[in-house]
Amino acid sequence: MRQSQTVLRIRGVTKRFGPLVANDDVSLELRRGEMLALLGENGAGKTTLMHILFGHYRADEGEVEVMGRPLPPGSPRAALDAGVGMVHQHFTLAANMTVLENVTVGTRPLFSARLRQGAARRRLADLSARFGLHVDPDARVRDLSVGQRQRVEILKALYRDTRILILDEPTAVLTPQEGEQLFATLRLLVNRGLAVILITHKLREVMAASDRCVVLRHGRVVLRTATHETDADTLARAMVGGEVPRVGRRPGEPGAEVLALDGAVLCDDGGRTLLDGLNLTLRAGEILGIAGVSGNGQAALADMVSGLLRPQAGELRVHGRAVAAPSPAGMLALGVGRVPEDRIGTGLVGDLSVMENLVLEIYRQRPWSRWGLLDFSAMRRGARELIARFDVRCQGPGAPARQLSGGNMQKLILARVLSGNPSVILANQPTWGLDVGAATFVHKALMEASRAGAGVLLISEDLDEIFQVADRIQVMHRGRLSAPVRPDEADAAAIGLAMSGHGDARSEAARAS
Amino acid sequence: MRLEPRQEPSLALTVLAPVLAVGAALALCSLLIWWAGAPPGRALGLLLKGALGSTFALTETLTRATPLIFTGLAAAVAFRARLWNIGAEGQLYAGAVMATWLGTGMLDLPAWLMIPTLFLAGALAGGLLLLGPTLLKTRLAVDEVVTTLLLNFVVVLAVNWLVFGPWKDPMAMGWPQAAPVVDAAVLAPLVAKTRLHWGFVIALACAAGAWALMRFTTWGLEIRAVGLSERASRFAGIPVGRAVLRTALLSGGLAGMAGVSELAGLKGYLTLDLSPGFGYSGIVVAMLAGLHPLGVVAAALFVAVVSIGADSMSRALEISNYIADVATALSLLAVLVSMLAPRWRIRWR
Repeated sequence: MRQSQTVLRIRGVTKRFGPLVANDDVSLELRRGEMLALLGENGAGKTTLMHILFGHYRADEGEVEVMGRPLPPGSPRAALDAGVGMVHQHFTLAANMTVLENVTVGTRPLFSARLRQGAARRRLADLSARFGLHVDPDARVRDLSVGQRQRVEILKALYRDTRILILDEPTAVLTPQEGEQLFATLRLLVNRGLAVILITHKLREVMAASDRCVVLRHGRVVLRTATHETDADTLARAMVGGEVPRVGRRPGEPGAEVLALDGAVLCDDGGRTLLDGLNLTLRAGEILGIAGVSGNGQAALADMVSGLLRPQAGELRVHGRAVAAPSPAGMLALGVGRVPEDRIGTGLVGDLSVMENLVLEIYRQRPWSRWGLLDFSAMRRGARELIARFDVRCQGPGAPARQLSGGNMQKLILARVLSGNPSVILANQPTWGLDVGAATFVHKALMEASRAGAGVLLISEDLDEIFQVADRIQVMHRGRLSAPVRPDEADAAAIGLAMSGHGDARSEAARAS
Repeated sequence: MRLEPRQEPSLALTVLAPVLAVGAALALCSLLIWWAGAPPGRALGLLLKGALGSTFALTETLTRATPLIFTGLAAAVAFRARLWNIGAEGQLYAGAVMATWLGTGMLDLPAWLMIPTLFLAGALAGGLLLLGPTLLKTRLAVDEVVTTLLLNFVVVLAVNWLVFGPWKDPMAMGWPQAAPVVDAAVLAPLVAKTRLHWGFVIALACAAGAWALMRFTTWGLEIRAVGLSERASRFAGIPVGRAVLRTALLSGGLAGMAGVSELAGLKGYLTLDLSPGFGYSGIVVAMLAGLHPLGVVAAALFVAVVSIGADSMSRALEISNYIADVATALSLLAVLVSMLAPRWRIRWR
């Protein structure tokens, strides 16, 4: 077979949702043994295109060809049979089953006398060895790390004779080291003739790993180029359709302690330790970045600062005073603004209107209500003002919040949080899944708030984000925090080591000074 | 054939779906009537005539709708907050017991004071009855479906004991019933020489009040927010437990008022046939209404038309009057299916 054999050809695909054109005459070719990066902001049409490829949607116009044969539209089964496999950002594994079971599930007839476990096991072992994807076939998925789970997902796709592998934001949940390992594996797969589509925001990865890039904007292909002929700036400009907005750093002048945790301990119902004597000090006017791989206690830390959980031992202090019985309302009253990780589930009530969501924390105060009666005209006025100030794109104050895009939902939450002029801001994964424009907006808003004197606790799995906006960085690992470092003292490798529990982010810098 | 989700619910279908659903239910009922040996066309005509065809028929229908509005509101308000109150039947009887206790001689008040007092006391009784299971739910996560459902039997058995025992009216010639309420406690008829009473007006006022409460007040916002997303409500600092307890008082109170209205407006005394399952029918009414307080009025009227009309039709044609229950059940099923229709489309291939 020739190296340049085309395995996937998408021709002139157009998909409309009412007045919205999600994909506008998109054409794309993928050759055997290459890695194609598919770039674009949220809402650019990447997901829709992949849904069409997988048969979840039918294109209004255009066609998809796999291995030179047209793919029948609207049939996920046909896509799988044709050898298209996908590793989703959120893994689709059964946590209580073993690796082997997860890999083989769905590939065997439902009613079969023998399980043919032996053949499956040999095949899995062969695949693992060939591509360096080492996992114990008998381990339960719930006991695996995120990086290992991703390996299982890739094995699952390979087990099904996948010839076109699509990865959606694969490094979002990985440490830098795990990410490097992933790309090494992908390189190996590509060299063996697999075709890979990489959906990502991270330009660094695109430049390092891909062969070609396709950039989508507003549903159209705006740039199609070989990676070695372009640079990150060009790609970023193509994605946002102009100059990339930059966030200006500023020297921090931290003030008094606004939020502190002293030896906070928290265990879940099963007795697993979530926070293991955690110490943290946040000062007025600074942004403290908490890095780390998810599942190391970030959720517990955020819930505690949000007032949803109380520490089982240790102390939570706001403005120097101990909070004995934290509650969401109590933390709000102390001036703690909270941007939760889960926008639609925790941050907003999707079926309430934009204006009702905006007053959800303050509806009992004047002027939003009086004698228990909601003042809709005041709510509408206030909402219009915040919609304009935070550039929330929506049909108006009365539109249901669930109709908003992810970026606009986050702006809505930011509007609610920042309009209360909080002195402490908790931002948990505030730009997760957002496009460059919305993420920059969020960063600017947080930096402005810190410049105005608020202390910002930024929990993020995105190291680039932390390095870009934080004044101090601490790494969370197994319920503890490493010693704080300044971004200019630390390098990504040291932070990455601390994320996997090896060493201290500061050790290099401490030795140097 | 397969179902695909629609991006935007279709407006035409949102309006048409319930109408189509009722039409489908009627068609299915016609089939049953035909099977029972009666001409369906004439049967449907008789049904409408029996429910709406004369002043008497109309007032009977409105009389039947009255308790259904109360219990329908009780279910609608509770379900909005995801408080699954299946105990409206018991709360209705609790309201009636309270009204009997106060209204058969204990209080001596003029009618303009007596009637509001009875309604308030009945509402309090119904509300307090639901408060117990709700506290168990919010404090200990005990499933309120089970507790409220089972409480119905406890309350009905307690009423049983009262009307056979201590409250048995010696003047009732041995019938198991309590003494009649005093004259000042009787709800006056709305139309002379019919059974339609002021309870209907109070029910309409309650529907309007419940709608305004849900729509325009901070309490209503809390109830809606908690029902739509308890997680987000808790995170935003809404007192979730308090909002649910308040909903319980409101829902139980509305069901209790159904008992007072039936007792003081229709029966006059407490018996075991005060409610032929109005508490349960209220759930059907609330679901048909899409949990909207004003929709509850329309749904209660619809259910009343079907049941009164089918009663009259089955008498005229000598077929079983169970056809009324079947018709109500079929329309509920059809409406539940139709509520999905605007959000999905069927693709044939």
